Amino acid sequence: MQALFAYGFLQRALLAGVFIAVACAVLGVFLVLRKDAMIGHGLAHIAFAGVALGLFLNLLPLAAALAVAVASSLAIVKLKDRAGLHGDTAIGIFSSLGMAIGILLASMARSLNVELMSYLFGDVLAIEPLEVWLSIGLAATVLITVRLNYDQFLFVTFDRESARAAGIKVSRLDALLMVLAAVTIVLGMKVVGILLVAALIVIPAAAGLQVATSFGRAVAASAVIAVAAVAGGLALSLALNVPASAAIVVLCFAVFAALFLIKKRGRVPPGAA
Amino acid sequence: MDLVALRGVSFAYSGAPVLLEIDLVIREGDFLALIGPNGSGKTTLVKIILGLIEPSSGEVEIFGRPPAEFSEWGKIGYVPQKATHVDPYFPASVEEVVGMALLARNRRRGARGGQARAEVRRALETVGMGGFGKASIGRLSGGQQQRVFIARALVTSPRILFLDEPTTGVDAETQASFYDLLGRLNRDEGLTIVLITHDIGIVTKHVNRVACLNQRLVYHGDHEDFCRSAAFRDMIGRGDHLISHEH
Repeated sequence: MQALFAYGFLQRALLAGVFIAVACAVLGVFLVLRKDAMIGHGLAHIAFAGVALGLFLNLLPLAAALAVAVASSLAIVKLKDRAGLHGDTAIGIFSSLGMAIGILLASMARSLNVELMSYLFGDVLAIEPLEVWLSIGLAATVLITVRLNYDQFLFVTFDRESARAAGIKVSRLDALLMVLAAVTIVLGMKVVGILLVAALIVIPAAAGLQVATSFGRAVAASAVIAVAAVAGGLALSLALNVPASAAIVVLCFAVFAALFLIKKRGRVPPGAA
Repeated sequence: MDLVALRGVSFAYSGAPVLLEIDLVIREGDFLALIGPNGSGKTTLVKIILGLIEPSSGEVEIFGRPPAEFSEWGKIGYVPQKATHVDPYFPASVEEVVGMALLARNRRRGARGGQARAEVRRALETVGMGGFGKASIGRLSGGQQQRVFIARALVTSPRILFLDEPTTGVDAETQASFYDLLGRLNRDEGLTIVLITHDIGIVTKHVNRVACLNQRLVYHGDHEDFCRSAAFRDMIGRGDHLISHEH
Protein backbone atom coordinates (compact mmCIF):
# COMPACT_ATOMS: atom_id res chain seq x y z
CA MET A 1 0.00 0.00 0.00
CA GLN A 2 2.95 2.30 0.71
CA ALA A 3 3.92 2.02 -2.98
CA LEU A 4 0.67 3.83 -3.81
CA PHE A 5 2.24 6.97 -2.41
CA ALA A 6 5.73 6.43 -3.80
CA TYR A 7 5.13 7.11 -7.51
CA GLY A 8 3.60 10.16 -9.13
CA PHE A 9 1.42 8.15 -11.53
CA LEU A 10 0.04 6.12 -8.62
CA GLN A 11 -0.66 9.22 -6.56
CA ARG A 12 -2.55 10.70 -9.51
CA ALA A 13 -4.48 7.45 -10.04
CA LEU A 14 -5.42 7.24 -6.37
CA LEU A 15 -6.41 10.90 -6.11
CA ALA A 16 -8.59 10.91 -9.22
CA GLY A 17 -9.90 7.42 -8.44
CA VAL A 18 -11.06 8.33 -4.95
CA PHE A 19 -12.96 11.43 -6.09
CA ILE A 20 -14.55 9.61 -9.01
CA ALA A 21 -15.43 6.59 -6.86
CA VAL A 22 -17.27 8.78 -4.35
CA ALA A 23 -19.20 10.57 -7.11
CA CYS A 24 -20.14 7.24 -8.75
CA ALA A 25 -21.23 5.67 -5.46
CA VAL A 26 -23.30 8.62 -4.24
CA LEU A 27 -25.12 8.97 -7.53
CA GLY A 28 -25.40 5.20 -7.81
CA VAL A 29 -27.62 4.95 -4.71
CA PHE A 30 -30.20 7.26 -6.29
CA LEU A 31 -30.02 5.54 -9.69
CA VAL A 32 -30.27 2.00 -8.28
CA LEU A 33 -33.27 2.89 -6.11
CA ARG A 34 -34.97 4.62 -9.06
CA LYS A 35 -34.40 1.40 -11.04
CA ASP A 36 -32.32 3.46 -13.46
CA ALA A 37 -29.15 1.43 -12.92
CA MET A 38 -28.88 0.61 -16.63
CA ILE A 39 -28.40 4.29 -17.42
CA GLY A 40 -24.76 3.66 -16.49
CA HIS A 41 -24.32 1.16 -19.33
CA GLY A 42 -26.30 3.31 -21.74
CA LEU A 43 -24.42 6.53 -21.14
CA ALA A 44 -21.08 4.70 -21.20
CA HIS A 45 -21.85 3.44 -24.71
CA ILE A 46 -22.89 6.93 -25.71
CA ALA A 47 -19.67 8.34 -24.23
CA PHE A 48 -17.78 5.91 -26.48
CA ALA A 49 -19.06 7.87 -29.50
CA GLY A 50 -17.90 11.09 -27.80
CA VAL A 51 -14.42 9.69 -27.18
CA ALA A 52 -14.16 8.53 -30.80
CA LEU A 53 -15.39 11.91 -32.00
CA GLY A 54 -12.83 13.71 -29.81
CA LEU A 55 -9.99 11.56 -31.10
CA PHE A 56 -11.24 11.92 -34.68
CA LEU A 57 -11.45 15.72 -34.48
CA ASN A 58 -8.30 16.01 -32.36
CA LEU A 59 -10.19 17.39 -29.34
CA LEU A 60 -9.69 16.39 -25.71
CA PRO A 61 -11.55 13.04 -25.69
CA LEU A 62 -12.90 13.55 -22.16
CA ALA A 63 -14.37 16.92 -23.13
CA ALA A 64 -15.97 15.53 -26.29
CA ALA A 65 -17.35 12.54 -24.39
CA LEU A 66 -18.71 14.89 -21.74
CA ALA A 67 -20.54 17.04 -24.32
CA VAL A 68 -22.01 14.04 -26.15
CA ALA A 69 -23.03 12.22 -22.95
CA VAL A 70 -24.67 15.29 -21.38
CA ALA A 71 -26.59 16.13 -24.58
CA SER A 72 -27.72 12.51 -24.91
CA SER A 73 -28.79 12.28 -21.26
CA LEU A 74 -31.08 15.27 -21.78
CA ALA A 75 -32.40 13.74 -25.02
CA ILE A 76 -33.20 10.50 -23.14
CA VAL A 77 -35.18 12.46 -20.54
CA LYS A 78 -37.09 14.28 -23.30
CA LEU A 79 -37.81 11.03 -25.13
CA LYS A 80 -39.19 9.51 -21.95
CA ASP A 81 -41.34 12.54 -21.15
CA ARG A 82 -42.56 13.64 -24.55
CA ALA A 83 -42.58 10.52 -26.70
CA GLY A 84 -43.91 8.34 -23.90
CA LEU A 85 -41.12 5.81 -24.35
CA HIS A 86 -40.10 3.60 -21.45
CA GLY A 87 -36.78 4.59 -19.90
CA ASP A 88 -34.98 1.41 -20.95
CA THR A 89 -36.19 1.83 -24.56
CA ALA A 90 -34.89 5.41 -24.74
CA ILE A 91 -31.57 4.31 -23.20
CA GLY A 92 -31.38 1.36 -25.63
CA ILE A 93 -31.91 3.61 -28.65
CA PHE A 94 -29.24 6.13 -27.67
CA SER A 95 -26.68 3.63 -26.39
CA SER A 96 -26.87 1.54 -29.58
CA LEU A 97 -26.56 4.67 -31.71
CA GLY A 98 -23.59 5.84 -29.61
CA MET A 99 -21.78 2.54 -30.00
CA ALA A 100 -22.50 2.48 -33.75
CA ILE A 101 -21.16 6.00 -34.25
CA GLY A 102 -18.07 5.16 -32.20
CA ILE A 103 -17.38 2.07 -34.31
CA LEU A 104 -17.93 4.05 -37.54
CA LEU A 105 -15.49 6.77 -36.47
CA ALA A 106 -12.94 4.21 -35.32
CA SER A 107 -13.10 2.36 -38.63
CA MET A 108 -12.82 5.61 -40.62
CA ALA A 109 -9.57 6.53 -38.82
CA ARG A 110 -7.71 3.33 -38.02
CA SER A 111 -5.02 5.06 -35.99
CA LEU A 112 -7.61 5.76 -33.27
CA ASN A 113 -8.03 2.17 -32.30
CA VAL A 114 -5.18 1.86 -29.80
CA GLU A 115 -6.21 4.95 -27.86
CA LEU A 116 -9.86 3.96 -28.02
CA MET A 117 -8.95 0.69 -26.34
CA SER A 118 -7.61 2.57 -23.32
CA TYR A 119 -11.04 4.19 -22.94
CA LEU A 120 -12.87 0.90 -23.45
CA PHE A 121 -10.92 -0.89 -20.71
CA GLY A 122 -9.77 2.06 -18.59
CA ASP A 123 -6.21 3.11 -17.83
CA VAL A 124 -6.22 4.95 -14.56
CA LEU A 125 -2.48 4.42 -14.10
CA ALA A 126 -1.86 6.49 -17.23
CA ILE A 127 -4.03 9.40 -16.10
CA GLU A 128 -2.50 12.81 -16.96
CA PRO A 129 -2.16 15.66 -14.43
CA LEU A 130 -4.70 17.74 -16.41
CA GLU A 131 -7.15 14.84 -16.32
CA VAL A 132 -6.63 14.51 -12.57
CA TRP A 133 -7.61 18.12 -11.96
CA LEU A 134 -10.50 17.84 -14.42
CA SER A 135 -11.69 14.70 -12.66
CA ILE A 136 -11.42 16.25 -9.20
CA GLY A 137 -13.18 19.43 -10.34
CA LEU A 138 -16.05 17.60 -12.02
CA ALA A 139 -16.43 15.02 -9.24
CA ALA A 140 -16.52 17.85 -6.69
CA THR A 141 -19.16 19.63 -8.81
CA VAL A 142 -21.25 16.46 -8.92
CA LEU A 143 -20.98 15.97 -5.16
CA ILE A 144 -21.80 19.59 -4.33
CA THR A 145 -24.81 19.53 -6.68
CA VAL A 146 -26.07 16.31 -5.10
CA ARG A 147 -25.57 17.81 -1.63
CA LEU A 148 -27.55 20.93 -2.55
CA ASN A 149 -30.41 18.88 -3.99
CA TYR A 150 -30.06 15.85 -1.72
CA ASP A 151 -33.44 16.14 0.03
CA GLN A 152 -35.32 16.72 -3.21
CA PHE A 153 -33.56 13.80 -4.94
CA LEU A 154 -34.45 11.61 -1.97
CA PHE A 155 -38.12 12.63 -2.04
CA VAL A 156 -38.44 12.07 -5.80
CA THR A 157 -36.63 8.72 -5.55
CA PHE A 158 -38.89 7.53 -2.74
CA ASP A 159 -42.27 8.86 -3.83
CA ARG A 160 -42.39 10.67 -7.13
CA GLU A 161 -46.07 11.57 -7.02
CA SER A 162 -46.02 13.02 -3.51
CA ALA A 163 -42.92 15.01 -4.43
CA ARG A 164 -44.82 16.55 -7.35
CA ALA A 165 -47.77 17.26 -5.07
CA ALA A 166 -45.36 19.09 -2.76
CA GLY A 167 -44.57 21.43 -5.63
CA ILE A 168 -41.17 19.93 -6.48
CA LYS A 169 -40.19 20.27 -10.15
CA VAL A 170 -39.67 16.56 -10.72
CA SER A 171 -38.85 16.79 -14.46
CA ARG A 172 -36.15 19.36 -13.76
CA LEU A 173 -34.63 17.09 -11.11
CA ASP A 174 -34.78 14.10 -13.49
CA ALA A 175 -32.83 16.09 -16.07
CA LEU A 176 -30.31 17.25 -13.44
CA LEU A 177 -29.78 13.69 -12.20
CA MET A 178 -29.24 12.43 -15.76
CA VAL A 179 -26.71 15.19 -16.47
CA LEU A 180 -24.86 14.34 -13.25
CA ALA A 181 -24.92 10.67 -14.26
CA ALA A 182 -23.47 11.57 -17.67
CA VAL A 183 -20.65 13.59 -16.09
CA THR A 184 -19.91 10.82 -13.60
CA ILE A 185 -19.88 8.13 -16.29
CA VAL A 186 -17.41 10.10 -18.37
CA LEU A 187 -15.18 10.55 -15.32
CA GLY A 188 -15.45 6.90 -14.36
CA MET A 189 -14.52 5.59 -17.78
CA LYS A 190 -10.96 6.80 -17.30
CA VAL A 191 -10.72 4.74 -14.12
CA VAL A 192 -12.40 1.47 -15.11
CA GLY A 193 -13.20 1.97 -18.79
CA ILE A 194 -16.37 2.30 -20.81
CA LEU A 195 -17.15 -1.41 -20.51
CA LEU A 196 -16.93 -1.46 -16.71
CA VAL A 197 -17.89 2.04 -15.59
CA ALA A 198 -21.49 1.02 -14.90
CA ALA A 199 -20.09 -1.37 -12.29
CA LEU A 200 -18.62 1.53 -10.32
CA ILE A 201 -22.08 3.14 -10.25
CA VAL A 202 -24.15 0.05 -9.52
CA ILE A 203 -22.10 -2.36 -7.37
CA PRO A 204 -20.96 -0.08 -4.48
CA ALA A 205 -24.51 1.30 -4.29
CA ALA A 206 -26.03 -2.18 -4.28
CA ALA A 207 -23.51 -3.22 -1.60
CA GLY A 208 -24.21 -0.17 0.56
CA LEU A 209 -27.94 -0.81 0.32
CA GLN A 210 -27.45 -4.26 1.85
CA VAL A 211 -26.47 -2.82 5.22
CA ALA A 212 -28.14 0.59 5.50
CA THR A 213 -31.14 1.40 7.66
CA SER A 214 -31.37 5.00 6.48
CA PHE A 215 -30.72 6.71 3.18
CA GLY A 216 -27.85 8.77 4.55
CA ARG A 217 -26.10 5.63 5.78
CA ALA A 218 -26.62 3.93 2.39
CA VAL A 219 -24.89 6.83 0.65
CA ALA A 220 -22.02 6.86 3.17
CA ALA A 221 -21.56 3.07 3.03
CA SER A 222 -21.54 3.08 -0.79
CA ALA A 223 -18.92 5.81 -0.88
CA VAL A 224 -16.68 3.97 1.61
CA ILE A 225 -17.00 0.71 -0.35
CA ALA A 226 -16.19 2.43 -3.67
CA VAL A 227 -13.13 4.21 -2.25
CA ALA A 228 -11.87 0.99 -0.64
CA ALA A 229 -12.36 -0.89 -3.91
CA VAL A 230 -10.43 1.72 -5.91
CA ALA A 231 -7.55 1.84 -3.42
CA GLY A 232 -7.53 -1.94 -3.06
CA GLY A 233 -7.81 -2.45 -6.81
CA LEU A 234 -4.83 -0.20 -7.47
CA ALA A 235 -2.81 -2.05 -4.84
CA LEU A 236 -3.81 -5.42 -6.33
CA SER A 237 -2.98 -4.19 -9.80
CA LEU A 238 0.49 -3.23 -8.62
CA ALA A 239 1.07 -6.40 -6.62
CA LEU A 240 -0.27 -8.92 -9.13
CA ASN A 241 0.38 -7.02 -12.36
CA VAL A 242 -3.29 -7.22 -13.40
CA PRO A 243 -5.42 -4.49 -15.00
CA ALA A 244 -6.51 -1.97 -12.33
CA SER A 245 -10.03 -1.64 -13.80
CA ALA A 246 -10.76 -5.35 -13.51
CA ALA A 247 -9.27 -5.53 -10.01
CA ILE A 248 -11.43 -2.60 -8.85
CA VAL A 249 -14.63 -4.14 -10.19
CA VAL A 250 -13.87 -7.61 -8.82
CA LEU A 251 -13.19 -6.07 -5.39
CA CYS A 252 -16.49 -4.17 -5.58
CA PHE A 253 -18.27 -7.42 -6.31
CA ALA A 254 -16.47 -9.25 -3.48
CA VAL A 255 -17.69 -6.64 -0.99
CA PHE A 256 -21.22 -6.80 -2.40
CA ALA A 257 -21.26 -10.61 -2.20
CA ALA A 258 -19.99 -10.59 1.39
CA LEU A 259 -22.58 -8.03 2.54
CA PHE A 260 -25.33 -9.80 0.63
CA LEU A 261 -24.55 -13.09 2.37
CA ILE A 262 -24.29 -11.43 5.78
CA LYS A 263 -27.65 -9.75 5.26
CA LYS A 264 -29.26 -12.94 4.01
CA ARG A 265 -28.20 -14.85 7.11
CA GLY A 266 -29.47 -12.22 9.48
CA ARG A 267 -32.51 -11.11 7.50
CA VAL A 268 -35.57 -9.91 9.36
CA PRO A 269 -38.74 -10.26 7.30
CA PRO A 270 -40.24 -6.91 6.22
CA GLY A 271 -42.99 -5.84 8.56
CA ALA A 272 -41.62 -7.77 11.51
CA ALA A 273 -40.62 -4.66 13.45
CA MET B 1 -63.99 29.75 3.28
CA ASP B 2 -63.69 27.84 -0.02
CA LEU B 3 -60.39 25.97 -0.09
CA VAL B 4 -61.02 24.30 -3.45
CA ALA B 5 -63.34 25.33 -6.26
CA LEU B 6 -63.87 23.44 -9.51
CA ARG B 7 -65.96 24.97 -12.28
CA GLY B 8 -66.94 22.94 -15.35
CA VAL B 9 -63.88 20.70 -15.11
CA SER B 10 -63.62 17.98 -17.75
CA PHE B 11 -60.79 15.60 -18.51
CA ALA B 12 -60.31 13.11 -21.33
CA TYR B 13 -57.53 10.57 -21.72
CA SER B 14 -56.65 9.70 -25.34
CA GLY B 15 -60.08 10.98 -26.37
CA ALA B 16 -61.99 8.90 -23.80
CA PRO B 17 -63.87 11.05 -21.28
CA VAL B 18 -62.85 10.53 -17.65
CA LEU B 19 -64.52 13.54 -16.03
CA LEU B 20 -67.38 15.63 -17.38
CA GLU B 21 -68.38 19.13 -16.28
CA ILE B 22 -67.50 18.84 -12.60
CA ASP B 23 -68.58 21.71 -10.33
CA LEU B 24 -67.41 21.18 -6.77
CA VAL B 25 -66.57 23.37 -3.80
CA ILE B 26 -64.67 22.13 -0.74
CA ARG B 27 -65.05 24.38 2.29
CA GLU B 28 -62.86 24.74 5.35
CA GLY B 29 -63.80 22.10 7.96
CA ASP B 30 -65.34 19.67 5.47
CA PHE B 31 -64.66 15.97 5.93
CA LEU B 32 -65.57 14.96 2.41
CA ALA B 33 -65.82 11.37 1.20
CA LEU B 34 -65.20 11.14 -2.54
CA ILE B 35 -66.87 7.93 -3.61
CA GLY B 36 -67.77 6.20 -6.84
CA PRO B 37 -67.16 2.99 -8.79
CA ASN B 38 -63.77 1.99 -10.19
CA GLY B 39 -62.85 4.21 -13.13
CA SER B 40 -65.26 6.94 -12.09
CA GLY B 41 -62.47 9.55 -12.06
CA LYS B 42 -61.95 10.02 -8.30
CA THR B 43 -58.15 9.86 -8.36
CA THR B 44 -58.03 11.94 -11.55
CA LEU B 45 -60.12 14.61 -9.88
CA VAL B 46 -57.78 14.85 -6.88
CA LYS B 47 -54.75 14.95 -9.19
CA ILE B 48 -56.34 17.82 -11.10
CA ILE B 49 -56.91 19.73 -7.86
CA LEU B 50 -53.27 19.17 -6.87
CA GLY B 51 -52.01 20.33 -10.26
CA LEU B 52 -50.58 16.91 -11.14
CA ILE B 53 -52.84 16.71 -14.21
CA GLU B 54 -54.09 19.55 -16.43
CA PRO B 55 -57.85 19.44 -17.02
CA SER B 56 -59.01 19.37 -20.63
CA SER B 57 -61.34 22.26 -19.83
CA GLY B 58 -62.76 24.16 -16.88
CA GLU B 59 -61.26 26.10 -14.00
CA VAL B 60 -59.57 24.93 -10.82
CA GLU B 61 -58.77 27.08 -7.83
CA ILE B 62 -56.96 26.04 -4.70
CA PHE B 63 -56.83 28.63 -1.94
CA GLY B 64 -58.19 31.05 -4.54
CA ARG B 65 -55.45 30.47 -7.12
CA PRO B 66 -54.99 28.14 -10.12
CA PRO B 67 -52.65 25.24 -9.25
CA ALA B 68 -50.02 26.53 -11.70
CA GLU B 69 -49.81 29.81 -9.77
CA PHE B 70 -50.10 28.27 -6.33
CA SER B 71 -46.88 28.03 -4.34
CA GLU B 72 -47.82 27.41 -0.70
CA TRP B 73 -47.75 23.62 -1.01
CA GLY B 74 -47.20 23.26 2.72
CA LYS B 75 -50.90 24.08 3.14
CA ILE B 76 -51.75 20.80 1.45
CA GLY B 77 -51.16 17.27 2.71
CA TYR B 78 -51.43 14.35 0.31
CA VAL B 79 -51.36 10.60 0.80
CA PRO B 80 -51.39 8.99 -2.66
CA GLN B 81 -52.98 5.71 -3.65
CA LYS B 82 -50.84 2.66 -2.76
CA ALA B 83 -48.64 4.84 -0.59
CA THR B 84 -47.96 1.83 1.60
CA HIS B 85 -46.67 -0.29 -1.27
CA VAL B 86 -43.19 0.65 -0.16
CA ASP B 87 -40.14 -1.20 -1.46
CA PRO B 88 -39.35 -3.17 1.73
CA TYR B 89 -35.63 -2.63 1.16
CA PHE B 90 -35.74 1.11 0.54
CA PRO B 91 -33.28 2.37 3.16
CA ALA B 92 -35.23 5.36 4.45
CA SER B 93 -35.86 5.87 8.15
CA VAL B 94 -39.29 6.95 9.34
CA GLU B 95 -37.85 10.39 10.21
CA GLU B 96 -36.44 10.78 6.71
CA VAL B 97 -39.80 9.87 5.14
CA VAL B 98 -41.79 12.31 7.29
CA GLY B 99 -39.20 15.07 6.86
CA MET B 100 -39.45 14.87 3.05
CA ALA B 101 -42.72 16.81 3.09
CA LEU B 102 -41.06 19.80 4.74
CA LEU B 103 -39.55 20.55 1.33
CA ALA B 104 -43.02 21.80 0.39
CA ARG B 105 -42.38 24.71 2.75
CA ASN B 106 -38.64 25.19 2.45
CA ARG B 107 -36.96 23.84 -0.69
CA ARG B 108 -33.40 24.12 0.59
CA ARG B 109 -33.53 23.28 4.28
CA GLY B 110 -36.22 20.58 4.20
CA ALA B 111 -36.05 18.64 7.46
CA ARG B 112 -32.73 20.13 8.56
CA GLY B 113 -32.52 22.16 11.72
CA GLY B 114 -33.83 21.70 15.24
CA GLN B 115 -37.26 23.17 14.58
CA ALA B 116 -37.86 20.89 11.58
CA ARG B 117 -36.80 17.83 13.56
CA ALA B 118 -39.19 18.84 16.35
CA GLU B 119 -42.01 19.14 13.81
CA VAL B 120 -41.22 15.65 12.51
CA ARG B 121 -41.32 14.24 16.05
CA ARG B 122 -44.60 16.04 16.77
CA ALA B 123 -46.23 14.73 13.59
CA LEU B 124 -45.17 11.18 14.46
CA GLU B 125 -46.55 11.55 17.99
CA THR B 126 -49.87 12.81 16.57
CA VAL B 127 -50.33 9.54 14.71
CA GLY B 128 -49.05 7.40 17.58
CA MET B 129 -45.69 6.58 15.99
CA GLY B 130 -43.49 8.64 18.30
CA GLY B 131 -41.10 5.79 19.10
CA PHE B 132 -40.46 4.77 15.49
CA GLY B 133 -38.39 7.69 14.16
CA LYS B 134 -35.22 5.67 13.57
CA ALA B 135 -36.98 2.57 12.24
CA SER B 136 -36.66 1.64 8.58
CA ILE B 137 -39.93 2.37 6.75
CA GLY B 138 -39.82 -0.94 4.89
CA ARG B 139 -39.78 -2.87 8.17
CA LEU B 140 -43.11 -1.48 9.39
CA SER B 141 -46.49 -3.15 8.97
CA GLY B 142 -49.01 -1.74 6.49
CA GLY B 143 -50.96 -0.02 9.26
CA GLN B 144 -47.81 1.54 10.75
CA GLN B 145 -46.67 2.72 7.31
CA GLN B 146 -50.10 4.26 6.81
CA ARG B 147 -49.66 6.29 9.99
CA VAL B 148 -46.20 7.40 8.88
CA PHE B 149 -47.61 8.65 5.59
CA ILE B 150 -50.34 10.53 7.45
CA ALA B 151 -47.60 12.04 9.65
CA ARG B 152 -45.74 13.07 6.49
CA ALA B 153 -48.91 14.70 5.16
CA LEU B 154 -49.44 16.49 8.50
CA VAL B 155 -45.89 17.65 9.20
CA THR B 156 -46.30 20.97 7.41
CA SER B 157 -49.48 21.71 9.42
CA PRO B 158 -51.65 21.67 6.28
CA ARG B 159 -55.12 23.13 6.10
CA ILE B 160 -56.41 20.44 3.78
CA LEU B 161 -55.53 16.76 3.59
CA PHE B 162 -56.15 14.54 0.55
CA LEU B 163 -56.13 10.76 1.03
CA ASP B 164 -56.52 8.36 -1.89
CA GLU B 165 -57.89 5.01 -0.73
CA PRO B 166 -55.66 5.05 2.32
CA THR B 167 -56.92 1.84 3.93
CA THR B 168 -56.33 -0.50 0.97
CA GLY B 169 -54.58 -3.59 2.27
CA VAL B 170 -54.95 -2.55 5.91
CA ASP B 171 -56.79 -4.87 8.34
CA ALA B 172 -60.24 -3.93 9.70
CA GLU B 173 -59.03 -3.11 13.23
CA THR B 174 -56.33 -0.78 11.93
CA GLN B 175 -58.84 0.82 9.56
CA ALA B 176 -61.14 1.59 12.48
CA SER B 177 -58.43 3.34 14.50
CA PHE B 178 -57.26 5.10 11.35
CA TYR B 179 -60.72 6.57 10.73
CA ASP B 180 -60.90 7.57 14.39
CA LEU B 181 -57.64 9.46 13.93
CA LEU B 182 -58.99 11.26 10.86
CA GLY B 183 -62.21 12.12 12.68
CA ARG B 184 -60.21 13.55 15.58
CA LEU B 185 -58.04 15.64 13.28
CA ASN B 186 -61.15 17.02 11.58
CA ARG B 187 -63.08 17.72 14.79
CA ASP B 188 -60.29 18.84 17.13
CA GLU B 189 -57.79 20.43 14.77
CA GLY B 190 -60.26 21.77 12.21
CA LEU B 191 -58.39 19.98 9.42
CA THR B 192 -60.29 19.78 6.13
CA ILE B 193 -60.14 16.23 4.78
CA VAL B 194 -60.89 14.82 1.33
CA LEU B 195 -60.99 11.03 1.41
CA ILE B 196 -61.27 8.84 -1.66
CA THR B 197 -62.79 5.57 -0.53
CA HIS B 198 -64.78 2.52 -1.58
CA ASP B 199 -65.87 2.05 2.02
CA ILE B 200 -69.36 3.53 2.04
CA GLY B 201 -69.63 2.57 5.70
CA ILE B 202 -67.36 5.47 6.63
CA VAL B 203 -70.01 7.83 5.24
CA THR B 204 -72.32 6.81 8.05
CA LYS B 205 -69.91 7.66 10.85
CA HIS B 206 -67.13 10.20 10.33
CA VAL B 207 -67.65 12.35 7.23
CA ASN B 208 -69.95 15.32 7.01
CA ARG B 209 -69.98 15.71 3.22
CA VAL B 210 -70.18 13.28 0.33
CA ALA B 211 -69.33 13.70 -3.34
CA CYS B 212 -70.38 10.77 -5.48
CA LEU B 213 -68.64 10.61 -8.83
CA ASN B 214 -69.27 8.60 -11.96
CA GLN B 215 -67.58 10.70 -14.62
CA ARG B 216 -70.12 13.34 -13.66
CA LEU B 217 -70.77 14.54 -10.13
CA VAL B 218 -73.80 12.40 -9.28
CA TYR B 219 -74.25 13.76 -5.76
CA HIS B 220 -72.64 16.40 -3.59
CA GLY B 221 -73.99 17.32 -0.22
CA ASP B 222 -74.64 16.33 3.36
CA HIS B 223 -73.82 12.74 4.33
CA GLU B 224 -77.19 12.08 5.96
CA ASP B 225 -79.08 13.19 2.85
CA PHE B 226 -76.75 11.02 0.79
CA CYS B 227 -77.78 7.91 2.70
CA ARG B 228 -81.38 8.56 1.65
CA SER B 229 -80.49 9.43 -1.95
CA ALA B 230 -80.88 7.48 -5.19
CA ALA B 231 -77.09 7.70 -5.69
CA PHE B 232 -76.56 5.80 -2.44
CA ARG B 233 -79.08 3.08 -3.41
CA ASP B 234 -77.37 2.78 -6.81
CA MET B 235 -74.01 2.24 -5.17
CA ILE B 236 -75.33 -0.36 -2.74
CA GLY B 237 -77.09 -2.06 -5.63
CA ARG B 238 -73.81 -2.19 -7.50
CA GLY B 239 -72.20 -4.04 -4.62
CA ASP B 240 -69.81 -1.40 -3.28
CA HIS B 241 -68.61 -2.21 0.22
CA LEU B 242 -70.84 -1.23 3.10
CA ILE B 243 -68.81 -1.70 6.24
CA SER B 244 -70.22 -0.78 9.61
CA HIS B 245 -67.78 0.72 12.10
CA GLU B 246 -69.10 0.12 15.61
CA HIS B 247 -66.46 1.58 17.89
